[in-house]
Amino acid sequence: MSNIIELKKVNKWFDKFQVLKEIDLEVKTQEKIVICGPSGSGKSTLIRCINRLENHQEGSIVVDGTEISENTKNIELIRAEVGMVFQQFNLFPHLSILDNCTLAPIWVKKIPKKEAEVLAMNNLKTVQIEDQALKFPGQLSGGQQQRAAIARALCMEPKIMLFDEPTSALDPEMIKEVLDVMVDLAKGGMTMIVVTHEMGFAKEVADNMIFMDEGRIVEKAKTKDFFDNPKSDRTKLFLSQIL
Amino acid sequence: MNLIILKPNKENLQTYLALGVILLGIGFFDITSNTFLNFNMTGFLPSIISYLSPLLLGTLGLYFIRIEYSGNITLDQINKNLNSSNINAILSLIVIFILIKYVPPLLNWAFIDANFLGNAKEDCTGDGACWVFVKVWFNRFMYGMYPDAEQWRINTSFLVLFGSIVSIFILPNKFKKYIILFLLFVFPVIALNLISGGIFGLKWIETGAWGGLSLTFIVSAFALIFCFPIGVFLALGRRSDLPAIKYSSIGFIELWRGVPLITVLFMSAVMFPMFLPDGTYMDKLMRVIIAITLFEAAYMAEVVRGGLQALPRGQYDAAKSLGMGYWRMHFLIIMPQALKLVIPGIANTFLALVKDTPLIFVVGLLELAGMIGLAKTNPEWLGMATEGYVFAAFVFWIICFAMSRYSQNLEKKLSTER
Repeated sequence: MSNIIELKKVNKWFDKFQVLKEIDLEVKTQEKIVICGPSGSGKSTLIRCINRLENHQEGSIVVDGTEISENTKNIELIRAEVGMVFQQFNLFPHLSILDNCTLAPIWVKKIPKKEAEVLAMNNLKTVQIEDQALKFPGQLSGGQQQRAAIARALCMEPKIMLFDEPTSALDPEMIKEVLDVMVDLAKGGMTMIVVTHEMGFAKEVADNMIFMDEGRIVEKAKTKDFFDNPKSDRTKLFLSQIL
Repeated sequence: MNLIILKPNKENLQTYLALGVILLGIGFFDITSNTFLNFNMTGFLPSIISYLSPLLLGTLGLYFIRIEYSGNITLDQINKNLNSSNINAILSLIVIFILIKYVPPLLNWAFIDANFLGNAKEDCTGDGACWVFVKVWFNRFMYGMYPDAEQWRINTSFLVLFGSIVSIFILPNKFKKYIILFLLFVFPVIALNLISGGIFGLKWIETGAWGGLSLTFIVSAFALIFCFPIGVFLALGRRSDLPAIKYSSIGFIELWRGVPLITVLFMSAVMFPMFLPDGTYMDKLMRVIIAITLFEAAYMAEVVRGGLQALPRGQYDAAKSLGMGYWRMHFLIIMPQALKLVIPGIANTFLALVKDTPLIFVVGLLELAGMIGLAKTNPEWLGMATEGYVFAAFVFWIICFAMSRYSQNLEKKLSTER
């Protein structure tokens, strides 16, 4: 299978502070990658670079055959193919859940309103909150909001889904309902890059694990190898603390 | 030790209550007789004590009735709301005494002793207000120097305006869009042509003759409609990544905010024509409306920018991640939320705009307050300034209060939190 995402020697600085150092990463279609690491290690920045919510200064990022750089004219087209789910959900509070889901398909992909609504209801059914469609985000629990956010991203029918710590802002009992949705999504064959500390989820779903520290990819391995015999001492230390 | 006896307690509720009410009663009687009967009960005391005696008696009275959980609901309510401590008791009394002292004379002046009938200053015989002045000049206060025979044109324009505004609220959503488009793009052209005339056989009426409340409305309405979008674009411009747009927006905003409106109006009237090429002419009213619009747009821009800054970055991230470009992101996601946040600020700016319109007198245009200023200098009606300006204040207050209520209504309607 071909690589749908390719990062080569990506470097990024916030002012003088280097957040990403020499990042190399290939993601194949339908591959699931889980990125973990201590906070401040650059995990979130890395996946935010993939749809250019952050810009990188050196190296190349190629998504679905298009190089992403300052010169990319149609960055919106690439973003439309890359769904993203955020730690803080970031639903649009002034719109109902249904409108949250249909807005981008209608205005970006120019799908007729009726079709967009059917699509949205199907996706809301997938995440099991179709009965909340007409409520506003503020009326939903955290777990429901995050599932709505996943449905919103799916409505753009993306080729790749990025998850930026999707369960970190949730109460413990709501984490499972979100993870269940993500597991289903993975089984459906979606290409996924997930930043998370949920190691149970990682063991169940991930093809490859990446461990990051201080802006570097310290270790990249098959999920089984990663957990059974991690190579670097830093990874061992991290895993011993988190498991 | 004696003071302990003076400490109100529940056991002797009736005694303290009676004592307190009597003292309060004397206090109120003192202030009332002072105000209305010209009789100073405490006149034998030194003047300063005599002056403060109602307050002292009242405070003492309230102190005696300050008994918590007395079992009497009325008393508990009074204690809770007006009399929770000595300071609050004094403040309550001062407010009540001021009302007693000044409200009845005001009502007296405005209504009871006022003159409503007649056609000339000589008909005003009482001590109160002479509303005859407002009655006689009412037509001028509404229409300025606009010829009487043509006033139906102004009336028609405003009837259409109010009719369409009302229909926005009554008709189903389907038609709303068209009415708003009509109001924004078609109506101003029709109204301007109808009021100024010069076409379709309508008599041309130069803007110098426009005036009164209708001019207030015309200036406010045009400035309101145009300053809002300009303000929104300036706010976006100020936050733009493109230096040229960013710094010209900042320059524009800071320039207009830094200059008093009255100077801007003078400039528009005196300086601006000098820069126009020979032979071109721009109407005075038009120049004034443009000046007010740009002036208020600068304020509007800062209000809107406040809303933009209050939005979390995640909203931008989410909109971008769904593939929205700059304009879609701002008009579908960012602006609706930002504007909702700053409705009070927008209302503030709009109210300020309406109340700034009287300043157009500096270029010789007389709206409501200006017409009153003119009428009060009429030799037959000298000394009517108070009545005139009370009337102006009343009319402006009605307009501004209505706008303020509407903005609060809108805030409630648009609230989707919780």
